[in-house]
Amino acid sequence: MKNTDSLRLVGVLGLLVAIFGFATDSFLSPRTFLIIANQIPALLVVSVGMTFVVLIGGIDLSVGSLVGLGGAVLGTLSIRGSFPLPVAMGATLLCGLLLGAANATVMLRWRVPSFIVTLGMLEIARGGAYLVTGSKTQYIGAGIEPLADPWLLGLSPSFAIAILIVAFAHGLLTLTVFGRKVIATGTNEEAVRLAGIDTRRIKLAVFAASGLLAAVASVMHAARLGAADPNAGTGFELQAIAAVVVGGASLMGGRGSVARSVLGVVIIAVLDAGLAQAGAQEPAKRLITGAVIVVAVVVDNIRQRRGVQR
Amino acid sequence: MRFALRQISKAFSAPVLQAIDLQLLPGEVHALIGENGAGKSTLCRIIGGLLAADGGTMTLDGAPYAPASRREAAARGVRLCLQELPLVDTLTVAENIFLEALPARWGLLDRRRLRDDARVAMDRVGLTDVDPEAAVGSLGVGRRQLVEIAAALAYPARLVILDEPTAALGPVETRHLLELLGRLKGEGRTFLFISHRLEEIAAVADRVSVLRDGILVATRDVAGTLPAEMIREMIRLMVGRQLDEQHGESVRPAPGGVMLQVAGLCAGTAVRDVSFEVRAGEILGLAGLMGAGRTETLRAIFGAGPKEGGAIKVHGQLVAVRSPSEAVARGLALITEDRRAEGLLLPMGIAENVSLAHLSAFTGRWGLWRSGAERAAAEEWRRKLAIRSRDIHQPIGELSGGSQQKAIVARWLLRDPDILLLDEPTRGIDVGARGEIHQLAREFAARGKAVVVASSDMRELMQLCDRITVLSLGRTAATFDRPDFSEAALLTAALIHHRQAAA
Repeated sequence: MKNTDSLRLVGVLGLLVAIFGFATDSFLSPRTFLIIANQIPALLVVSVGMTFVVLIGGIDLSVGSLVGLGGAVLGTLSIRGSFPLPVAMGATLLCGLLLGAANATVMLRWRVPSFIVTLGMLEIARGGAYLVTGSKTQYIGAGIEPLADPWLLGLSPSFAIAILIVAFAHGLLTLTVFGRKVIATGTNEEAVRLAGIDTRRIKLAVFAASGLLAAVASVMHAARLGAADPNAGTGFELQAIAAVVVGGASLMGGRGSVARSVLGVVIIAVLDAGLAQAGAQEPAKRLITGAVIVVAVVVDNIRQRRGVQR
Repeated sequence: MRFALRQISKAFSAPVLQAIDLQLLPGEVHALIGENGAGKSTLCRIIGGLLAADGGTMTLDGAPYAPASRREAAARGVRLCLQELPLVDTLTVAENIFLEALPARWGLLDRRRLRDDARVAMDRVGLTDVDPEAAVGSLGVGRRQLVEIAAALAYPARLVILDEPTAALGPVETRHLLELLGRLKGEGRTFLFISHRLEEIAAVADRVSVLRDGILVATRDVAGTLPAEMIREMIRLMVGRQLDEQHGESVRPAPGGVMLQVAGLCAGTAVRDVSFEVRAGEILGLAGLMGAGRTETLRAIFGAGPKEGGAIKVHGQLVAVRSPSEAVARGLALITEDRRAEGLLLPMGIAENVSLAHLSAFTGRWGLWRSGAERAAAEEWRRKLAIRSRDIHQPIGELSGGSQQKAIVARWLLRDPDILLLDEPTRGIDVGARGEIHQLAREFAARGKAVVVASSDMRELMQLCDRITVLSLGRTAATFDRPDFSEAALLTAALIHHRQAAA
């Protein structure tokens, strides 16, 4: 049944590609797909983290700001602090991990809903990004750009890393005990707790991972620009949630898959690129994208309800 | 007002009410008593319009009466005052009392009239020291109960049904309420009054009807009988004459050493002083009425609920269990009362549900999940416990209550704890599965393990247990050995602190 869900998403994707292929002359070319592939790594990585968060019935609104803050930390350490790039990257990743863990700690310690805690972190991290950079874009330079440049068959190292992370996360979710605990917690947290499993540790791990993956995305984003932009990642959290939901995840928790979230990211990216090539302006693009997201979820819900009745 | 029920019956999966005939007279306080599960609440819900009867008729002043909703019942002058309080915490006392008919002028809430009317209604039930503008959420259970009663009495109702109105009240509030009932029945109102406090009934009721297993076994005049005699008679009627039905068979080997010892347990408001011990090879029952603290006791032991004081010893060793995971590590297991909310992973299959408490058994290298081993275990337990399902992957939410419960039992048998805590293990389960679950508990104990069963069904406990500890309002009232089991003795013990509270 889960496989048919994935197949349907692949079908939707094929349909979109076909429509844009007919509607425009230039869409069906390797170049289009390379552009898309080199554009999406950051969003892919953030969506992987979001998939786990949504699976346990939470939400992480802070990831977009963490992308901005991560870039700011990276730029400041490597340029103003003149640390070697690997050291600056390590510090960036650590920063994401710790702030993700901070989200979870506040949530668990004071029983605040994840929506609220991460909404606070959204503001805090963005403020931090402005503070660290002095609200200015900092050029990091040639040292980091190769990460985003074409490398193998025109694909960037960033893309390859994103695919590795996706593969690892998908395996983690489907093949390991941890994955089972995540899905079970999202399905019925009280039952899992009463079965003697410490659900708080699972939540901590999931939110910390989401922060870490946002930091990874911040490095990818900075590599693409060659600069640390304190505004980077604005709205990423919503794009990631949209992708996860288009991928058939339930915001109530317990249902979702990394592979399908990836399809969600690709569908939204293809829609975006295709509409741009078809000559749609920003207003039309946003109207159509929004409608597609809502329709996708409505259709999925109807199907889901039929499945339950059967 | 004359109210009559004729041949009222109701069944859910099993019959709950059978051919009930009952007449209520104008201006009487009519008490309704019976053990847990006797059908009292179902009967109230039918009269109050929350449930439709399967058969039989009701008449009100000679006219047919069959309310389709609580609202319709209220329109005919019948008010239901439930035990679980459907109050809106965020609204004020006054707003709650008049929620269904808030006074308004030109569409605006008439605050002054609301306040004044509420004051009158509150004074009547003795809520003189509460501000009508106070939020209901800030009141304690007893006061909330009085707000609920004030709301029921604020309207010109002719028949008021009170489901355990005094359960949450202290002695002073109780006396006040009983006096109020006496006054109001003088105005011609009729009350149907459920209570476990037999002293209260002997003091205030005009007549009493006794339900047992869904059958109305007797209606007696209370007036003119000495209270002590009346109470004995009521207990006799609730329990029935066949006092010594067989208590199951199984003479098991003598129990071994103490596995679990609980002393002076206090937890939340429900558990005030509970002590008992269970030995290896023994099944201990926890009996008690609604609100006795059975569930809360088990949850506190398991680290799943609050615990303020008391000592818990496992294998003679003092332990501080702060979470279910610590409890499981100490060899404890809890099967909860509410399977769907607290036990099952509803969309998942038997396999995922059975493996949940013992994931480490299916963990391979690098944390990889051994799904083959999980499937094999699930197949094995499905066969052993005769769980009926298409296969081990059918969502467990689609299975019968009995099969669901057996899957949860399998979950813990797979883990193989030393001490099994069961809370209402056979609620909502058919007779066949019920027997099977009892048998599983016996076999488990026979392997030198300890079992604690909490149940509101005293007969179930008498069948299954070696000893029974009776709780009354959160305190250990008495413990009985098998030869001393009798429903009358258990019920008397369960009522003991209620009687002291009413006295």
